[in-house]
Amino acid sequence: MNTSTAAAPAATGTDGDVLLRAENVVKHFPVLSGKLFRRGDEVVHAVEGVSLEVRRGQTLGLVGETGCGKSTLARCIMRLHNLTSGHIIFDGDDISTLPPRRMRPYRREMQMIFQDPYGSLNPRRRVGSIIGDPFAIHKTATGQERKRRVQEVMELVGLNPEHYNRFPAEFSGGQRQRIGVARALAFRPKLIVCDEPVSALDVSIQAQIINLLADLQGELGLTYIFIAHDLSVVRHVSNTVAVMYLGKITELAPVEQLWGHPRHPYTDALLSAVPLPDPDKSARRERIILAGDVPSPILPPEGCQFHPRCPKARQECVDREPELAPRLGDDRDHLAACHFPVEDGEDISQSRPSLAVKDRIVESGLLGDS
Amino acid sequence: MALLEVDDLRVSFPTPDGVVQAVRGVSWQVDTGQTLGIVGESGSGKSVSTQTIMGLTRGARISGRAVFEGRDLLKLDREELQKIRGAQIGMIFQDPLSSLHPYYRVGWQIVEMIRQHDRDISKAKAHARAVELLRLVGIPQADRRVDDYPHQFSGGMRQRAMIAMAMALNPKVLIADEPTTALDVTVQAQVLQVIRKMQEEFGTAVILITHDLGVIADVADEVEVMYAGAVMEKADLQTTFYAYHHPYTEGLLQSLPAYGGDRDRLRPITGQPPSLINLPSGCPFHPRCPYVMDRCRTEVPPLASVGATAGHLSACWLSHDMPARNELRRKVVGEPLPVQAEA
Repeated sequence: MNTSTAAAPAATGTDGDVLLRAENVVKHFPVLSGKLFRRGDEVVHAVEGVSLEVRRGQTLGLVGETGCGKSTLARCIMRLHNLTSGHIIFDGDDISTLPPRRMRPYRREMQMIFQDPYGSLNPRRRVGSIIGDPFAIHKTATGQERKRRVQEVMELVGLNPEHYNRFPAEFSGGQRQRIGVARALAFRPKLIVCDEPVSALDVSIQAQIINLLADLQGELGLTYIFIAHDLSVVRHVSNTVAVMYLGKITELAPVEQLWGHPRHPYTDALLSAVPLPDPDKSARRERIILAGDVPSPILPPEGCQFHPRCPKARQECVDREPELAPRLGDDRDHLAACHFPVEDGEDISQSRPSLAVKDRIVESGLLGDS
Repeated sequence: MALLEVDDLRVSFPTPDGVVQAVRGVSWQVDTGQTLGIVGESGSGKSVSTQTIMGLTRGARISGRAVFEGRDLLKLDREELQKIRGAQIGMIFQDPLSSLHPYYRVGWQIVEMIRQHDRDISKAKAHARAVELLRLVGIPQADRRVDDYPHQFSGGMRQRAMIAMAMALNPKVLIADEPTTALDVTVQAQVLQVIRKMQEEFGTAVILITHDLGVIADVADEVEVMYAGAVMEKADLQTTFYAYHHPYTEGLLQSLPAYGGDRDRLRPITGQPPSLINLPSGCPFHPRCPYVMDRCRTEVPPLASVGATAGHLSACWLSHDMPARNELRRKVVGEPLPVQAEA
């Protein structure tokens, strides 16, 4: 169980450049049944067989609607959740089943930045001691040495080191997020998972934090997993983007490939829904408006999970689940899980699903029949 | 005369730390079928101004006028305002979960709303109207879902239910305060489409408050940019995006990832928004402005007409001549104005 190397480096060969690899990660959460404290047989399929790689010094963007499992996946990667099955290989070591004590050295190397800069800082503690926590927990520096290192990292993220003794309430939202970044950086980790790091910030401040993260990546060679629902931010920061829907990756591609040639109808719909801050482009664009809502992850649809909302759905989509593979002659690094991928220049806003699945989409009334 | 006209609205809140000057002289107007977008960051006063005209700001010091069909809303008593609120002017808020009562069925809440303003309508009729409204905003199987509780609805459905409720009495004005901020982009697109459809069908005037310039570009006709409780710039949609005058508008647009061609660096506005208790002297934006001049630090620039476009107002001391302003822009920022795409 403790063999530290991966069971089998995938057929593509060992790649020294890969910092993190997820292999078939599955995470189910049991659903409490109506009877108090009794677990039913039902589970939430939060993450359902996700495999991906993150290369050193690069940024992987994770996008998808609320409840698609992107945060759960990130937490599985950080081992904040135990996996139901699958493997996480970090820097060549399989960490998926390590007990907490043996996990500790890896924790220094992977850190997380959270969405809410107000909720993730204890309001009663001074900033210096919050940022110094990692040193205290890992017993690596005390007293003056700790203070020196905390002030060093404060300077790194653009905070005034003299504000060491201030409380979080004395900082604005953007500065608080810098505190969160400083805390994550204390040990100079290799991997930082950013879970909606700028969503709670104002536009003008967002740009400050995104620039900071980019600068730090350049200076310290950091690797990021970047989760955000704002797709234009993800496009700006990522090298590769994974689109998730109901716990699975529906499309995975280098960022410009994904925006230039989205293959999965879901990706296409998601991108076309992003509001553009440009009235002319916005007016000329064909918007694909998806009918209905995301189905329940307790009973996900059969076949392709997206078929009940997909404008291109056919019978085959119900019968057989598509695998994540290159489509329409794309390169090996552009994968989509779709039987009927979107061709370049195809406008799926006019597509209508065929066969038995049709009824399930049209029920959405107003949005279907415009 | 516009349908709803706000004139020099000022709102301040006395607090133990000092007086918070939330809104400092805001004016705007909307007409039937028109959409006014109010854009600004947190603390810019964009929500407070609309809440005030609806009588929802308690303990505030208010001055100015908000004239709706010839009557000043700020002078009405509670009862009179209640008759207008909901029936004539509908409102939807950012967080649909906290705007719906969790103990009551969605349909009941809409029925309650209808019967509150129309005592004569029968329960059955009001119920039928609720079903019709839910169907109109795209709730599937509306006749069954009308008896669901809010927690049985998804986020997007709740927001659509809120729109249904706001539209229940066919209001002439709809105030939408960050209606899509808590929603996914796919759901946001659905909700914006519903609002647009309602507007086409009923000619409702919409006031859309948001921090998202993408949403503004999508739905607004006129745009008002607010900062620190005051209006910085006001213009039609095209002018706001392609021929803006105010450095704050420029900063907002520049800081967006989609705007900068350069993949590596964004251009944030430096510094932080000011405290509304201790406002900077002169122009409130001067501490963050790349064009700041001596005059900006002492004198407050009035909202004045700039350029050649009618109705284009900017509160800034920079040259009101647009070619001169653009020349300066090239010198300071080093980039031409974003080019308007060809039609």
